[in-house]
This record gives sequence, structure tokens and C-alpha cells, in this order.
Amino acid sequence: MNAAEIFKKLAGEFGDSAVFDFHEAGKDKDPWFQVDAFSIEPIAVKMKTDPELHFDYLECVTGIDFPDDKKIHVVYHLYSYAKKHRVVVKVLLDRDDPVVPTLTHVWPTANWQERECFDLLGVLFDGHPDLRRILLPDDWEGHPLRKDYEAASEYHGIPTIRPNPVELFSIKLPEKKAQA
Amino acid sequence: MSEVVFANEMDEEMTLNMGPHHPSTHGVLRFIIKSDGEIIRRATPDVGYLHRSIEKIGERCTYQGYMPYTDRVDYVAAMFANECWASACEKLMDIQVPKRAQYLRVISCELNRISSHMIALGAMAMDIGAVTPFPWTLREREYVNDLVEELCGARLTYNYHRIGGVSFDMPKGWRDKALKFLDNFEPAMWEFDRLVTMNDIFLKRLGNVAVISADEAKDWGLVGPNLRASGVKWDLRKEDHYSVYDDFEFDIPVGDGAAGAVGDCWDRFNVRVKECRESTKIVRQALEKIDQYPEDDILGKLPKKIKPDGEAYSRIESARGDMGCYVVGRGATEPYRARFRTGSFTAMGIIEAKSPGLFLADLVALIASLDVVAPEIDR
Repeated sequence: MNAAEIFKKLAGEFGDSAVFDFHEAGKDKDPWFQVDAFSIEPIAVKMKTDPELHFDYLECVTGIDFPDDKKIHVVYHLYSYAKKHRVVVKVLLDRDDPVVPTLTHVWPTANWQERECFDLLGVLFDGHPDLRRILLPDDWEGHPLRKDYEAASEYHGIPTIRPNPVELFSIKLPEKKAQA
Repeated sequence: MSEVVFANEMDEEMTLNMGPHHPSTHGVLRFIIKSDGEIIRRATPDVGYLHRSIEKIGERCTYQGYMPYTDRVDYVAAMFANECWASACEKLMDIQVPKRAQYLRVISCELNRISSHMIALGAMAMDIGAVTPFPWTLREREYVNDLVEELCGARLTYNYHRIGGVSFDMPKGWRDKALKFLDNFEPAMWEFDRLVTMNDIFLKRLGNVAVISADEAKDWGLVGPNLRASGVKWDLRKEDHYSVYDDFEFDIPVGDGAAGAVGDCWDRFNVRVKECRESTKIVRQALEKIDQYPEDDILGKLPKKIKPDGEAYSRIESARGDMGCYVVGRGATEPYRARFRTGSFTAMGIIEAKSPGLFLADLVALIASLDVVAPEIDR
């Protein structure tokens, strides 16, 4: 099945309010559609278990911050080993309160990928069994991949910004004295 | 002082810290292990010691300027991250890569696959106590490094691929050197088989250890050699038909359970050994066929301004399996978002699920057999 057929099948099953906004491959090279955040769980279960869709591989979970639209996009790249088709699913979340149900029990691999997304973008995955920071230290402040993130000047006394080595080690030459 | 509480008087659960500087943890990563004597109840990985915020850096570099940073995504097999970034950008901007450049990419990538697997195999044997194979594999790896050094000037972080092609053509006489290496490498691998792979102690040590079934492997997102060892015949080089891999004849080795069950640690080892042989086949064919294409036609036509608008996801078969790169551009000279999906990251996720009931020494074998590389996990 191609992405358009998959979209039609899911939209027919779950209604236009849950699965919508299909984009053909054009400017964005992979066709994608949107899924409503509250109904992503049953849709994911359907996508994995339905024999025609059979998406048994969750490739990638990505979060992207769009402060202009006040949105955070969570992008799921899905693939089926059996059917050899792929699809991109996006969930648009409110930037100030980004919450989306976890897909850990559908694809266990979502566990770490969602933790990474939480760590770097602050997306909360509702129902996640172990939503802790994964790459950054537990007491890190802020979510670095947000566009308005500003790094603290130090972390436990370790400076996060080092002086420019060119300026630091530049040797000033003695000024030439006027010829006598 | 923490208080020790036993559920009953026979229960002696202890918490053991393994790492971050444990020699067998392939870089800097840490496990917090709850164990009852030698038997693990739960091993929780703690990663992030090598986090260098590659994705954040990507948002501040130009598209071409990001290429050297992608080397650092996986410094054991840097060529693949180069290729992944290049192919994602090429997909985003519809850039055609000349055939000769694609052949050079294939040659460099397959050589890098050999050198990466050499580290994986040697380190795995060393992790479980066989020290001899490690210098053997490192010796072969050094030859590959010499070759790649002549090709691109670097031994570890290559920065060889470019958006639209590669940076240099083969130097004169390089082909003969590469062929000479392959002539020596193939018998060396058979020797390696006699020394390690088919060694009776080795078979008994790794057979039936940490078996991962095909369904588990898919669910947890295992890719590449780890997935194939579980019996799934899946290789992006064959399935996605990317680059010029269709021009070559090669097999996809899968786990056969010769030492026990399909998907045990020995299968994962053996698949890598076989993959090295397939890579030599590909390099030989590529070196033979590359001359049909004109010399120095190695860089495609790039748009005058690299300011793409849109998004693209591209994936390639790296030494550690499916490596994906998701790039989003919004009409600026820098990418809006650059995301790397790496094989080691998802492979680490499965360890916590597989660890209960394993022996402590088998955990080391499991980590080594999954061939996780810390920089690729942490990025």
C-alpha cells in the first residue's frame, strides 16, 4: 500500500477528526499525515496489528519545535518489514503543554526514543513507564532542542562556554618604536 | 549509609555499579545492576556520558559545514554517518550523484564496514576472555585505515563524502593496494574462523546465551547484523536499492543457530564474520566496474544557494544497521532540525529487557554481541 491508501484506510476507520491533513510527497519528500494526539494510541495499535498495514517497525521518533506556530511536532517514521511500505505520522502538540500518550506498549522501542524526545524537547509522554532524562544529567535545566533554549553559563561550577582560544592565546607584539 | 533490606533471609540482592569506565563497556556507559549473586535481576543502562549534542550543533552549521560533525556520530564507522547525512541532503534538494562518486562511496563504506566489524569481533572475543583475537583483528583494521588514509587523508574521522559526491578520487595505484589487501584479508578471515569462530570453547561459551527472537528484535527496533542474527533476512542494501548496490552480487548472511538457538550471541558474532566476506566481494566488484565511469567526475551539480525548504528522511545500512537521518529545512543556510536515528541507541534499549536471569558474565557477552558503540548511543 502507498501512503495515500494507508491514510484513506485509517481515516475511514477512525474518522476525519482523528486522521487528517494528508500531504503528498512534494516539498516534503516523504508523504505524511496528521493524527490527533488523543487518539494516537488506538491508531498505533491498529497500524501494528492490522494484517494489511502491519507496521512492525517504529523507525524514529523525532520532536521538532516550531515557536512561530506555538507548536511542537512529534514525527513518527513507521515501516513494515512484511509489507515493505512506510509512512510518516505527525502529531502537533501545544508548545506550552506538550502531552501525547506513549506508544511504549505498542512498540517497545518507543521507550528510549520517547525518553530522548522528552529530554531534549520536553514533550511529556503520558503513561510512559520510565520518563526520565536519558542523555543529559538528571538535574539539567531546560530542554536544549527548543529554539528559545539558552544554556546556563555553568553547570555545577563547570563553565559551559569557553573563551575563544584565538583571543585567549593571542600574543600581542610589542609596538614598533618610532625610528630614532 | 544506606540501609540494606532483605525480602527474606535467603534474599541477598545487591546493587552493583558497572562502569562508566569498565573496560568491557565499549566506550563510556554505565549499568546499574541488581543481582542475586551471579544472577542478574535487572540491569539498567545509564547512557549519556558521551553526549555532544550533535543535533543541536546541526542547527547552527551550514549543510556542508555539518559534514565533519557527522563523523563523530559514530567514530568507529564514520563513513556511514557521512553518507547518511549526504544522502538525506541530496534527497531534500534532488541532487544527482555521479556514478563514479557512488562507486567510491560504496568502496569506502564497505571498507569501513570491514574495519568496524574488526573492532566488534576482536572486542567481543576480548570481552569474554580471549585476548589473542583482538590484535589479530586490529592488524587487519590497520591495513584498512592505511587504505582509507590514502583515499581521504584521515584514519578515523574521514569527512570524505560531500553533498553530491565525494571529496577525492582514488589516487594512482590505490586499486592495486586495495586488491592486495583483499587478497590477504580473505585467508586471514578463514584463519580467524579456525582460531575463534569455530573454536569449541567459544561455541559453548556463546551458544544459547541471551537469545533474541525475531519478533523481539523487530519490536525493540534492532537493526542490521543484530536483526539478521535473529533470522530476519533484511538488508537495506538489497531492500531499498539505494546507491549502486544493485550492481553487485552479494548474499545477506542470517543467523542459523549453529551453536544453539537462532539469535544467540554466537549468531550475532558469526553474522558479522560472514558480512566481512560479503563486503570484500562488493569491494572487488566495485573496483572492477568503476572504470566505466570517467575519472574525476565525482561531484554532482549543486544548487547555487543551498537553502532548501522541506523535509526528508533517508536511511542507509551502516555497520550497526539501519541509520536514518531526518533533515528539516526552512529556507535558511542552516538545517532547521537534523536528527540521527542510530542502531546502537535502540540496541541498548533491549538490554534492560533481556537482562533478568542472565549471568553477570553473560551480560558482558550480550553488550559486546550487540556491538553498541557509546558515541552512537549518545550522539
